[in-house]
Amino acid sequence: MKQLLAILVDGSVYASWLFIISAGLTLIYGVMRILNMSHGSFYALGAYSGAAMVGWYFSTGSVPWFSFVALIAAALVAGISVGLLVERGLLRFMYGRDEVVMILVTYGVLLIMEDAIKLIWGVEPYFAYQPYTLLGRTKFAGLSFANYDFMLIGVSILIGIALWYGLNRTRNGKLLRVVIHDREIASALGINVARIFTITFLIGAGIGSLAGALTAPGLSVVPGMGIEVIVLAFAVVVIGGLGSITGALVGALIVGMARATAVHLYPDVELFVIYAVMGLVLAFRPQGLFAVANARKI
Amino acid sequence: MKTRSLALLSVLGLVVIVGGLLLPQWMSYLFTIAMGKGLVVLGLVLLMRAGLVSFGQGLYYCVGAYVAGMLTQFADVTDILVIMLASVAVSVAIAAIIGLLLCRYREIFFAMFSMAFSMILYGLLVRNQFLGSTDGFNVANPSLLGWTPGAEASSDLVLVVAVILVITLGTVAWRYLKSLSGYAGEAVRENEIRLEYLGGSVFRVVYVKYIIAAALAAIGGTITALVSGHVDPEMAYWTTSGEFVFIALMGGTAHVAAPLVAAVLFEALRTYAFAVAPYTWQMILGFALLAIIIFMPSGLWSLVERFQNKKAGKTS
Repeated sequence: MKQLLAILVDGSVYASWLFIISAGLTLIYGVMRILNMSHGSFYALGAYSGAAMVGWYFSTGSVPWFSFVALIAAALVAGISVGLLVERGLLRFMYGRDEVVMILVTYGVLLIMEDAIKLIWGVEPYFAYQPYTLLGRTKFAGLSFANYDFMLIGVSILIGIALWYGLNRTRNGKLLRVVIHDREIASALGINVARIFTITFLIGAGIGSLAGALTAPGLSVVPGMGIEVIVLAFAVVVIGGLGSITGALVGALIVGMARATAVHLYPDVELFVIYAVMGLVLAFRPQGLFAVANARKI
Repeated sequence: MKTRSLALLSVLGLVVIVGGLLLPQWMSYLFTIAMGKGLVVLGLVLLMRAGLVSFGQGLYYCVGAYVAGMLTQFADVTDILVIMLASVAVSVAIAAIIGLLLCRYREIFFAMFSMAFSMILYGLLVRNQFLGSTDGFNVANPSLLGWTPGAEASSDLVLVVAVILVITLGTVAWRYLKSLSGYAGEAVRENEIRLEYLGGSVFRVVYVKYIIAAALAAIGGTITALVSGHVDPEMAYWTTSGEFVFIALMGGTAHVAAPLVAAVLFEALRTYAFAVAPYTWQMILGFALLAIIIFMPSGLWSLVERFQNKKAGKTS
């Protein structure tokens, strides 16, 4: 019973973390048809800028509670400005190329960003544990949970609701969905597709860095963290169906619960189980659980 | 193939072997590694000609290396030919099963799914204490038909075997691309439905290519394991597979020699970049990748073709 509770809580925390990361990835793919390999680097960028900012903030001795604002603001500013640079400076010249070519282009961006992060912040690990300990822990049914983790679940729900509302209930969201459905018709109808692309990429990059910033207090920020994350995010969005926000949510829950179960019961298969689940889902639903069927063009 | 070109190839092979043996130790080592990687990329190029980019060749690269390592360490089998055959057999068996599932997919799904399979192997290896988890384990020196060279001569043996394999397999791959099945690969890339209408089986073409690529990757992995004397799970990590894709793009898919030349250049570039700028060599590779995609989408081999076209234009 105790173990089941631990699995459920750990699974939800892990799933919400995965959802925040994958939401940006799947949004960018859905709109721009770019499977953004550099998404993991935006995650690392957010983690580094957030952690560095929090470290500096506490050294000034200001009110501890505002460190959350500092953490998130630093990550968003870094993520969005680098996102702008990447999209305006490189990706916009590549639109219309093959999807596989876009993977390689973003792979190049990933290689560049990984080293850029090392150049700026060095190779020593960063710690930003203060926001994590600030919130304290809750004892429940004989188990101790960090309140910070519960906040993470809350934030991921907020992001999910915001994305859903933005896409389904606002004018800009409707325009976005037109672009998702058919890029050519959308531009024929007078929608500024290029601008929508830029905004989408910025939102995606912003969410990616936000995910990094929110993770930073819970662990040490080290080089290469983005490379590990990107394959997990891929597994999540592929299970859910590329380009679907609902899919990312369900995929995150499946992967999160599967991993938490493995960690508690059979720790040796932790990584294996994620891809095994992915293989299983894809064997039966090759396009993922929630993907929109694409008409095959001859 | 004409006897003249066959003779030319043998002479070229002999020159490369002698040249490779005369090089200083560290250079011949890098050259052998490059030959191994070149074979992996050759398999990748066969797939890319059918329009499929695999981000998971590291799977078979790693399987080949681990089979080699396990045979030398736990079964006392050191004969390089036996090891090669065993690596290829295991890889082909795995590819025959995974291929059934994987060859239904195209484009990014093929890329991501093949990556997932190599990550499964990585996930299993890093948690396997017996196989040294993240550190991997050492590989004993190889022998050939009962002849056991010393510690220093064994890397020369691997070099010679690697060059012979590269030339033979390269020639076979060249013949394959000129065959019906080879041309069918390009038809898959251009239009699958038309190929089906013409009576070809798209699945079979892709499946066969996938298995060939797996066998080549296993040979490449075995060469790397034997020459470096060490294997670790990093060989199955997706960044290794990304490196292969990088080399393939660098060389281009126009000719079987392109990936081999590109592999040598890549190893040289990487060693140089790593020595000059240890913290920014990935960045250098990233910019190089972008430059290739933007300015030279058909790879370095397009330079050779441009030169050939110019020559042909002058004589006519």
